[in-house]
Amino acid sequence: MATIIGIKTKREFRGLTRWGRIFRNLGMILPVIVFVVLIFTAIFADLGWIGLPDVGLAPYPYDETSLPDRRMPPAWVEGGSTKHLLGTDTLGRDILSRAIYGARVSLSVSLLAIAITASVGTVLGIISGYAGGRTDAFIMRITDIAMSFPPLLLAILIAVSLGPGFFTVIFALSVLGWAGYARIIRGETLRLRNSDFVAQAQIIGTPSWRIMLRHIFPNILNVLLIGITLAVGAMILAEAMMSYLGIGIPPPMPSWGSMVADGRNDLDRAWWISTFPGILIGLVVLSGNFLGDWIRDKTDPRLRQL
Amino acid sequence: MARFIIIRSLQAFIALIGIIVIVFFLVRISGNPILFMISPLSSESEILLLQQQLGLDKSYAHQFWIYISNLAQGDLGESFIKRIPVSEMIGDALPNTLKLGIPTYIIGNLLGVALGVLAATRRDTIFDNGVKFLAVLGQALPGFWVAIMAVLVFSVHWQIFPAAGMGGIDHYVLPVVTMLFFMLPGMMRLVRSTMLEVLDSEYVKLARIKGLSESVVIWKHALRNAIISPLTIAAMMLGALIGGAVITENIFNWPGMGKLAVEATIGRDFPVVQAITIIVAVMVLGAMILVDIAYAFVDPRIRYQRT
Repeated sequence: MATIIGIKTKREFRGLTRWGRIFRNLGMILPVIVFVVLIFTAIFADLGWIGLPDVGLAPYPYDETSLPDRRMPPAWVEGGSTKHLLGTDTLGRDILSRAIYGARVSLSVSLLAIAITASVGTVLGIISGYAGGRTDAFIMRITDIAMSFPPLLLAILIAVSLGPGFFTVIFALSVLGWAGYARIIRGETLRLRNSDFVAQAQIIGTPSWRIMLRHIFPNILNVLLIGITLAVGAMILAEAMMSYLGIGIPPPMPSWGSMVADGRNDLDRAWWISTFPGILIGLVVLSGNFLGDWIRDKTDPRLRQL
Repeated sequence: MARFIIIRSLQAFIALIGIIVIVFFLVRISGNPILFMISPLSSESEILLLQQQLGLDKSYAHQFWIYISNLAQGDLGESFIKRIPVSEMIGDALPNTLKLGIPTYIIGNLLGVALGVLAATRRDTIFDNGVKFLAVLGQALPGFWVAIMAVLVFSVHWQIFPAAGMGGIDHYVLPVVTMLFFMLPGMMRLVRSTMLEVLDSEYVKLARIKGLSESVVIWKHALRNAIISPLTIAAMMLGALIGGAVITENIFNWPGMGKLAVEATIGRDFPVVQAITIIVAVMVLGAMILVDIAYAFVDPRIRYQRT
């Protein structure tokens, strides 16, 4: 029991050593390392984009099959070879290479979808909260609709109507995702709208768009930032779920979710096909959540959760 | 209070109408189901006949009018593929989904509250860290992957539980555990954090000073006040649970709504897709209203402020 009747215990006063401070901020340092490493490997999987398709971090192309080597276990398991560090899948494709290319797909899809949902949600949320009245009621009803739509069903519908592809997945992930931002941002805006600095800006005749952009937006930035970092995990999971159901990025382009799905019929003889991409998804989601929590704890103790 | 309930219900009804309209036109953009039912050898007149039978020869506006007037009478239409009433298909699938969903929901809520409260009262102990670790891990690992790993370990390796299908009680273990993965972590985190907040409040301190026993303080004074936000999450969990059901039923080949939904969408079985979307939306909207009403009952401030 840290505090009873407001008396602080000794532990809360004790200063931190240097190592203690580093340990305290591991919640920020480790996730940042994970993201930097993953984004680095995603970009440099191959250098095809500057005309050097043969140079890169991925040992093999993602679609190079080798039937004699199929279902080869990871290097440290009996029967494995250092040629394929994480083993191969049912078609003899190198799992490490596919995981590296998968990072490209999974990260770019999630980050783009977050950029879209966060911008749309923020704009609608600020307008809704600041304008109030009918505008607010209208936007909030649309938000209600978006929030009560079953997201996975809508994603499948969109995927079958537009045909699977990179932008279909982004669209399917974005079409409902803005509603959560709109709700939170509207709440924050409502709180700010009645504050003195907004009233003062109104008195000197600042136009509404300027109040929203210059006075309200900067004050909701940290809530937005927390929402965005926490959404990284959710988006990665949603993209993986779509790929798992076969409505994501079409094969042979790998995404972590579709790699898990690839191994589902080979569980009894090749556990490694599904296992490694799943661990990667977990790692990224974990990093996103940790980073979000860390930013929240640092910037806004009011919202502290865990 | 009555006014509050009426306004909230009206708002939800408007949202429901919106959903019905959107899904009606969305499924029709998604492709012509006739193309999935005919062979390349079908003649022009056969196609026309099929279109007439399914009511797809009329204009969209006309189709919508027929659909909405049938819906108003509680008629969900007939499946394009199986040619049986949609209500019959849902009548078969819904109980199977509830058989998974209800145990998950009960276990998830009980376990979520219990673990959350215990973790909050034992802050920074091994137990608390264990709960935090589980919650963080549960939120990070993809549910479908956990399910696959569970099949790998318990069905393939040890052969304790069956890998798929419905049957005896042993068929329920893996799907229910998978579904729990979609709702328990969030529940535990929220209960723990609100409980910590409440335990720090003046009235809990007062209850302690009064010399009430620790269990009365925690389970009666604190929990009652901490339960408000978990109420919201219990409703939000409904959404998570529905998403979880789609994934879980498809992995474990469970003949419920989630599996029906995926099959119907891919086969362009419009009436089935529409019916499922409407049912899910009614459930989610209903839960949202119930939460708002429950809030208003528990917390009079909301009652006065919102109406």
